Amino acid sequence: MKPKFAMYWAASCGGCEIAVLNTHEKILDVDANFDVVFWPVAMDAKYHDVEAMEDGSILLTLFNGGIRNDENEHIAKLLRQKSKILVAFGSCACEGCIPGLANLSPVGDIVHTAFNTLTTDNPNEIYPRTSYDVPEGELHIPTLSRMVRPLEQVVDVDYFMPGCPPESHQIAAVIDLVIKVVKGEAELPPKGSVIGAGDSTVCDECPRARNVKFIKEFKRIQDVAPVDPALCLLEQGIPCNGPATRSGCNARCPQAGAQCIGCYGPAEGVMDYGARLITAFSSVIDANTPEEIDHILDGIPDPTGQVYRFNLAGSLLKANKEAWKVER
Amino acid sequence: MTERVGVYVCHCGSNIAGTVDVVDVANWAAEKLGRQGVIIAREYKFMCSSLGQELIEKDIKELGLTRVVVAACSPHLHEKTFRTAAKNAGLNPYLVELASIREQVSWVHSDKAVATAKAKAVVSGAVSRVIENRPLEEIKVPINPNTLVVGGGIAGIQSALEIANAGFHVYLVEREPSIGGHMAQFDKTFPTLDCSACILTPRMVEAGTHPNITLLTWSEVTNVAGYVGNFHVTIKKKARFINEELCTGCGICQEKCPKKVIDDVYEAGLGYRKAVYTPFAQAVPNFPVMDKENCTYFIKGTCKACEKFCPTGAIDFNQQDEMLHIDVGNIVLATGYDLFDARRVSNYGYGRLPNVFTSLEFERLSNAAGPTAGNIVLRDGKTVPKNVGIIHCVGSRDKNFNNYCSVICCMQGLKFAHLVHERTGATVYNFYIDMRTAYKAYDEFYQRVLEEGTLFVRGKVAEVTDAARNEREKGRLIIQVEDTLAGKQRRIPVDMVILSSGLQPRADAKEVGKLFGISCSMDGWFTEKHPKLDPVATMTEGIYIVGCAQGPKDIPSSVAQGAAASARVLDKILQKEVALEPIKASVDSALCSGCRICNGLCPFNAITFIEDDKVTEINPALCQGCGTCVAACPAGAISGTGFSNEQIIAQIDGLMMKNLEPVEA
Repeated sequence: MKPKFAMYWAASCGGCEIAVLNTHEKILDVDANFDVVFWPVAMDAKYHDVEAMEDGSILLTLFNGGIRNDENEHIAKLLRQKSKILVAFGSCACEGCIPGLANLSPVGDIVHTAFNTLTTDNPNEIYPRTSYDVPEGELHIPTLSRMVRPLEQVVDVDYFMPGCPPESHQIAAVIDLVIKVVKGEAELPPKGSVIGAGDSTVCDECPRARNVKFIKEFKRIQDVAPVDPALCLLEQGIPCNGPATRSGCNARCPQAGAQCIGCYGPAEGVMDYGARLITAFSSVIDANTPEEIDHILDGIPDPTGQVYRFNLAGSLLKANKEAWKVER
Repeated sequence: MTERVGVYVCHCGSNIAGTVDVVDVANWAAEKLGRQGVIIAREYKFMCSSLGQELIEKDIKELGLTRVVVAACSPHLHEKTFRTAAKNAGLNPYLVELASIREQVSWVHSDKAVATAKAKAVVSGAVSRVIENRPLEEIKVPINPNTLVVGGGIAGIQSALEIANAGFHVYLVEREPSIGGHMAQFDKTFPTLDCSACILTPRMVEAGTHPNITLLTWSEVTNVAGYVGNFHVTIKKKARFINEELCTGCGICQEKCPKKVIDDVYEAGLGYRKAVYTPFAQAVPNFPVMDKENCTYFIKGTCKACEKFCPTGAIDFNQQDEMLHIDVGNIVLATGYDLFDARRVSNYGYGRLPNVFTSLEFERLSNAAGPTAGNIVLRDGKTVPKNVGIIHCVGSRDKNFNNYCSVICCMQGLKFAHLVHERTGATVYNFYIDMRTAYKAYDEFYQRVLEEGTLFVRGKVAEVTDAARNEREKGRLIIQVEDTLAGKQRRIPVDMVILSSGLQPRADAKEVGKLFGISCSMDGWFTEKHPKLDPVATMTEGIYIVGCAQGPKDIPSSVAQGAAASARVLDKILQKEVALEPIKASVDSALCSGCRICNGLCPFNAITFIEDDKVTEINPALCQGCGTCVAACPAGAISGTGFSNEQIIAQIDGLMMKNLEPVEA
């Protein structure tokens, strides 16, 4: 009997699933070596089928998406119970990713913005309810949690696979590894490891030339003309997150001429990604007066978005003060 | 291995025990921090006493403690004391942590319950941290016996001479053409009325000719690298346009120079000098300086009168600024003060009303070598004043300008009163807020000036004006003041007003502080290591501050500080080597990606980028453990010994009262 495989999609965009399919014929290896028991995006399945499975009967679960509502939380706990190896797959599951930026606002504000703004004509102030009585009985929709949480903040996680989405060649390598482990040809890395990524930073893989940095001005990349194709982007005043970001993507964005935005998450030695970047950026600005400092920092109009774009929910602070305060 | 931790809670008399229940803190630590390894917790009246230290030493030996936490004052004060005690008992000194429950708890709280709870948290943090501490060894480096003294005023001269006389080499750097500083501008010094030049110039000459002193005037320090014992200093020797090898100081060039320039520096704008000049007759060194901005040759390309007449051919119009690189072990900063700009108190009329003088102008006016040969006259250069008002505290003790007392202005005002009285017989009024004549023989001088008939009005002058209200006031300066002793407003017409201006930090004090790695107080004076017990040292080892650079002071205090700093320097030199704290940063080359963000940050030039491996390295001999690069490293590849992530996170967890036994809600 083949070992069982599951994949789930919680609070995320679906890009991770596409990245898996983007491994092309490698996906056939998955089918050849695993019995796919639960993968809502690819095949029909019911939660109660999973609930009926024996604990620990799924060998490998790739869980993508953060925990945004009670449904996500329920399935996370369920899959933890049923799986031997639970992988936080992709940036959302690892560190909250873009949905995690919602932690800048209390849930009430988010709902209000979605249902009562200029683009949403809602004169009667009708908001969604989590339960509703119909003649056939009571209907439920999932309740939003106070904050978006990475998988690790909800259940025990065995491995972390970063990236938004993880690079296909890295996914393929991980699939190969697990197949080898199943065949007894290789050993799993220590629990808690980051897999499918490097252990230094994007700079390590970036071919651009680097010098001592003195930054007089931060600019958006579209405002820098022309961008020097061979020189470190940060040195050109473009806030590039590469120095704090984990390697593994082959410096895809800087190689293509754009700054790294940090989707591979914190590098091995980094505890709080945003804090690291803030101190790094502020260390290299070349200013002598408080006014100059202010002027240079004005070049980063959205500091949270810049340094915590993928990492807010997984950071030390997790959310801003307002979101912490409001009970759901 | 589980660590065996001892916790010692100090009462510090009532300093801590008055606000924190120290017995409760000790009992609590013994009970609740047991799981973390605390096997003994004691409290004692004065932990820093020899009995307190013995308590720790005894426990280390008898109970086999492997870690020690002392909950007492700031580590700044007694970390060394307790580390030494641990060392004496055979425990690595870096396995001792201080929990500051005085500066951070008892002194900042009044509610005993709250303070006690916070003290527990601070102790808990220190216990969690100390477990993560690792034994470290001190690093010894040799000390360069040469010393740099910056600033050639009386404080700097004194400091340089003391060190040079002890047989060690000194580089004395002065940015003006001559050493001597402000003291060289004074006629008399209070309270003894010694002739300033008579007592100063022998010291200047001694400094100028001393075999152990390299005098670098018309020079400025532009860069400082390194650390105590091994500073590398770059000095810009500005072009004098005079070949010092050939110049004999005969003065013919000055005599022949056709260009007269108002001397704003030495003569306070009251007199003239030439475009090529020595600031005053007794200048040391005696080589003149060419003022490029005003020299006719440099402006128009012709003249060269000085070159024509120089008997030794010492004029060199092609001379360039020269960069000198020197290595020194210690640095004394004697950069002095700026005079408060009296123009800022616009209601006193300086710069608008001609017969309002600043203190420095009056010094030149009363100086026998000054522009009026010591005759005290009005701005017209001939009229002798009949009534003179001297205003104290100009720019000092004033919320609009400087809050501090400039220390010397009362005595300076009294000295002026005496000189005016002696030279002109005029009626003198002194306007003061409080008369401050502390120190030896100062108040006696005040009594003397009182007996001479000087009139004293206690009150802050509101205004000096020439707007007369009656015949008696016409054509004169009227001082409007509230006489607080008489309890009434007065208008006193005088012919001359002297503003006893306060002292200010040098305009570039902040930049200079940055250059040498020391800080300034809110007012801008350089900050000493301890205001009472270490007034000439700074937080940067090997850098000392003396004279008015540290705060306003009179000549005797400046001289005393100059000598005191020299004693500290000689102490360092004679130890031959210095033990450096083993708090160092290091790079984990596996994590370093060579992003080079840290490369430009090190104040001690300890960071090098290895181009071949594309990684950064830190030279442990140069690293001072400041932590700048540790904070900056975006990859978290740099860590600082003594301040590892593990230590800091453990301390935070401890502060948050995690890991308690039993777990508290």
